[in-house]
Amino acid sequence: MNLLDILLAGSTLGGLYGLIAMGLTVQYGVARIMNLSYGEFLIAPAFLAYLGVTAWGLSPILMLLLVLPLGFIVQWLVYQLLLTPLVRRTGAGPALEVDSILATFGLMFVVQGVMMVAFGGNYHSYTYLSTPVQILGSTVAANRLLVLGVAIALGLGLYLLLTRTRMGTVVRAVSVAPRFAPLVGIDVRFTAALAFGMGGAMVAASGVLVSMFLPFSAAMGTMFAMKALIVVIMGGVGNLMGCLLAGMMLGFAETLVATFIDPGLTLAVNYALFLGVLLLRPTGLFGKGAR
Amino acid sequence: MKTAGKRFWLKQVTAAAATITGFATLAPLALAQEAPKSVRIGWAIAKTGHNAGGTAATVTPNYQLWVKEVNAAGGILLKAYGKRVPIEVVEYDDRSSTEEAVRATERLMTQDKVDFVLPPWSTGSNLAVGPTYEKHKYPLLAATAVTDKAPELAKRWKHAFFFLGTGAGYAESLVSYLESAKKEGKIGNKIAMINIADGFGVELANATRKAAKQHGFELVYDKSYPIGTQDMTPLLTEIKSKNADVFIAYSYPPDTMLITEQSRINALNPKVMFTGVGTQFPMFKAKFGVATEGIMAPGGVDFDAPAIKDYFKRHKESAGYEPDRFASTIQYTTLQVLQQAIERVGKIDRAAVTQEIRTGTFDTIIGPVKLENQMLTKLWYVGQWQNGEFYGIAPANRAGAKPAIIPKPAWKN
Amino acid sequence: MSRRDAMAWGAGALALAGLATVPQWMHNDYYLSLLISVLMYSVLASAWALFSGPTRYVSLATVAFFGVGAYTTAVFGETLPWAAVLLIALGLGVAMALVVGLATLRLSGVYFVIFSFGLAELVKQLVTWYEVNITKDLGRYVFVDITAQDIYWQLLVLLALVLGLRAWIARTRLGLALRVIGEDETVAVHVGINTTRVKVLLFTLSAAFMTVAGAIMAPRWTYLDPTIAFAPAISFQTLIMALLGGAGSLFGPLLGAVPLVLLFEFLSANFPNHFAILVGLVFMVIVYAVPNGISGWLRRRKHHGGGK
Repeated sequence: MNLLDILLAGSTLGGLYGLIAMGLTVQYGVARIMNLSYGEFLIAPAFLAYLGVTAWGLSPILMLLLVLPLGFIVQWLVYQLLLTPLVRRTGAGPALEVDSILATFGLMFVVQGVMMVAFGGNYHSYTYLSTPVQILGSTVAANRLLVLGVAIALGLGLYLLLTRTRMGTVVRAVSVAPRFAPLVGIDVRFTAALAFGMGGAMVAASGVLVSMFLPFSAAMGTMFAMKALIVVIMGGVGNLMGCLLAGMMLGFAETLVATFIDPGLTLAVNYALFLGVLLLRPTGLFGKGAR
Repeated sequence: MKTAGKRFWLKQVTAAAATITGFATLAPLALAQEAPKSVRIGWAIAKTGHNAGGTAATVTPNYQLWVKEVNAAGGILLKAYGKRVPIEVVEYDDRSSTEEAVRATERLMTQDKVDFVLPPWSTGSNLAVGPTYEKHKYPLLAATAVTDKAPELAKRWKHAFFFLGTGAGYAESLVSYLESAKKEGKIGNKIAMINIADGFGVELANATRKAAKQHGFELVYDKSYPIGTQDMTPLLTEIKSKNADVFIAYSYPPDTMLITEQSRINALNPKVMFTGVGTQFPMFKAKFGVATEGIMAPGGVDFDAPAIKDYFKRHKESAGYEPDRFASTIQYTTLQVLQQAIERVGKIDRAAVTQEIRTGTFDTIIGPVKLENQMLTKLWYVGQWQNGEFYGIAPANRAGAKPAIIPKPAWKN
Repeated sequence: MSRRDAMAWGAGALALAGLATVPQWMHNDYYLSLLISVLMYSVLASAWALFSGPTRYVSLATVAFFGVGAYTTAVFGETLPWAAVLLIALGLGVAMALVVGLATLRLSGVYFVIFSFGLAELVKQLVTWYEVNITKDLGRYVFVDITAQDIYWQLLVLLALVLGLRAWIARTRLGLALRVIGEDETVAVHVGINTTRVKVLLFTLSAAFMTVAGAIMAPRWTYLDPTIAFAPAISFQTLIMALLGGAGSLFGPLLGAVPLVLLFEFLSANFPNHFAILVGLVFMVIVYAVPNGISGWLRRRKHHGGGK
């Protein structure tokens, strides 16, 4: 494998990891909710895309645009209806983390159960943009390249949103100091719900993109949630750039190990890298202070 | 058993009285009153969890089809009572956990007291419940377990029957078939092999290593990859650079799809491509269409046989999708074996049924079946997609074997 | 020891003796196996609460130790005497915990949680790689001659030990140090408590119990591979049970483990097709209705009743 091959493979895989984690870092960073049901809300849009393509003959890109508002609304509702009582009860303190783990764990079971009943345990897959793209002699799949593109675009877009707009500053304020935000007139609950919804839109988009090239089943949500958690923590909670960087590091590590050492050690090295980063920087690459 | 004792003497008295009036008319009447209301069949399978995909493809549709058809005909014929008795199902979800599978199986046997229990999907699950079946003396017809330990386990577990063969069987069959292709000059002697880091993959890879040495092949690439790998490109690019004529991947459904897809994208065109579980699933055919041409995998079906064609039709009508071309036919065969064994014995007598399974010859969709040392050896070890169907090609001397297409046609992008 | 304490220990010993006789008169395999499951999770949840209760560090590393214990049995079970197997498991658990404990001290909060999860996965990956490439034998058969009754009794002893240990620690200076750390770690350091030593000690003790529990349970499964032995579900269920019951109190983990194991069983047996949905709903109801875990709820009720 030459350098360009490695670059392409590593960055597309890294982009995938970064993308699926970005929604979670926004949700956790701002709303302080450890959303264990996150993976289910990645698989559900994947199923929707599958239905769209196979049953209704729609284009996955159309489905992608459709699930963005849908994902936002669903997660926004989840926050308002299910999580707000917990926030109120715990005063958004450390107990919120424990309670949100339990509550979203329950939600994860419910959503997974519904998908199981609706779609069964079978693997589902469709093909879209599965054409090879030649870049200076190296080959990469178009759909994976798209994932990388979306990851970078979303990351940059959100970064600009957070740093250049007023709403973005509000979100960042809530993320950094939720207790003091109300002092400057910020409606914390509204902002948290907004951020939660945004995370929902992002995870829905990543679900549709992933469905283009990975066979998925109703049981796979947990795996994605775990992967996202690893990336979020490694990058530093709430930090989008950290998320992308962590994803890239993991993607490249996996590619390099598979090529030069032993494909059997890819995930082991990934976890070791994750653990190593945390040991050196206990709050992740760009995380601020312990919570 | 006390009730049976009383009944036994009652029957004797009745029979004695009946001899005066006519034994033949009264005796079957007395026996018919004892016929069970239903034949209770239980199963604990993975409806959720990581085994749910394989279960839904191979196990569930066959169990449901069998019960439906048997009950449509009135039930299983118990000749001891001279009537057909319908099947009643008790089912549980083992959630892909061995602990739960063991407990659910115990529940079926000791609480629900079902007459027979049908096993779950995958080698690990079948092995986990094996001791439970043995302890309670229920026959275990393992249709989705591939293990080299089968002969040893068969000695240890007198009630266990293995229908899908051993890893060594598959590896030996594939490699010796390749050796004849090598002798004919169709392929060279280099093999690139990858395997998933799970029981199935490891066992087959181990067996292939041995077979390769014996049949004069060189393994130029021999690596395993973890479960959950989402990008095969680095491995495939390496393999491409080795210029091996044969590419073997002992993989599972999600990675089988990934490997095939990414081989196509990266233009990896070996002369022989052999992938693992999942190649034989209808999902594979649906996704890759004509690109499946020439891909080999374990299993195979004799499509020209009318019994197989009919089975495929019935399965499609019942489940809404086709069976898989690897273990589905075997799974259904075990159900036929069980039913015929019960019908031959004539009543619910697990010991007698087990004995019948061990020694009898059965008429099934894959032809006549007789187990050797509790194992089925009449299996298709290698199949290949030819013209939209997955035919059996090895063992080449088995009736219905098609000649293999070597080299595999190149990918068209 | 005060009279109340003596009576409490006495009552505990009596309960233990009573429970020990169960296999003598219960000849039903299924119920015994259910009890074994209850005991296993009681041990795991109590061992989890041993560390995570007072320090408030939520750990998902349970299965890393449990799996190592199970593998110890799988590897040595047929060649070494049982006591040796358990000792080796104990030693491995302690060694692993010391290494991990000393390394992870700077982590806290959600970083620690996910770190512990990553650790368990790393162990799984390493064991897999080792089995695939070195021993070349991934699935292991555990044909150890241990009856279900033996497993029951061993787990019962383990439960008694872990509960006894927790009760005893609570009454010592160590227990006091733990409570201070749990309330505010910075204060604890300033007060002169060697937080490092305390945390590592507790983490190691907790891990020791988990590893031995894994070693004891392995013979039930006949066949073991990394996916089975290191299943994340075990970590999650332990955590949920301990939190639901209340990790701070002595019997809290039991109040979580017993009902949940029985609930899972009830739902499995009666609603096989909708297990996930029902379990999820039950969780959510419990979280909303019982904020501080079941033991917290009981405590509040007692105080409300007593206050009147």
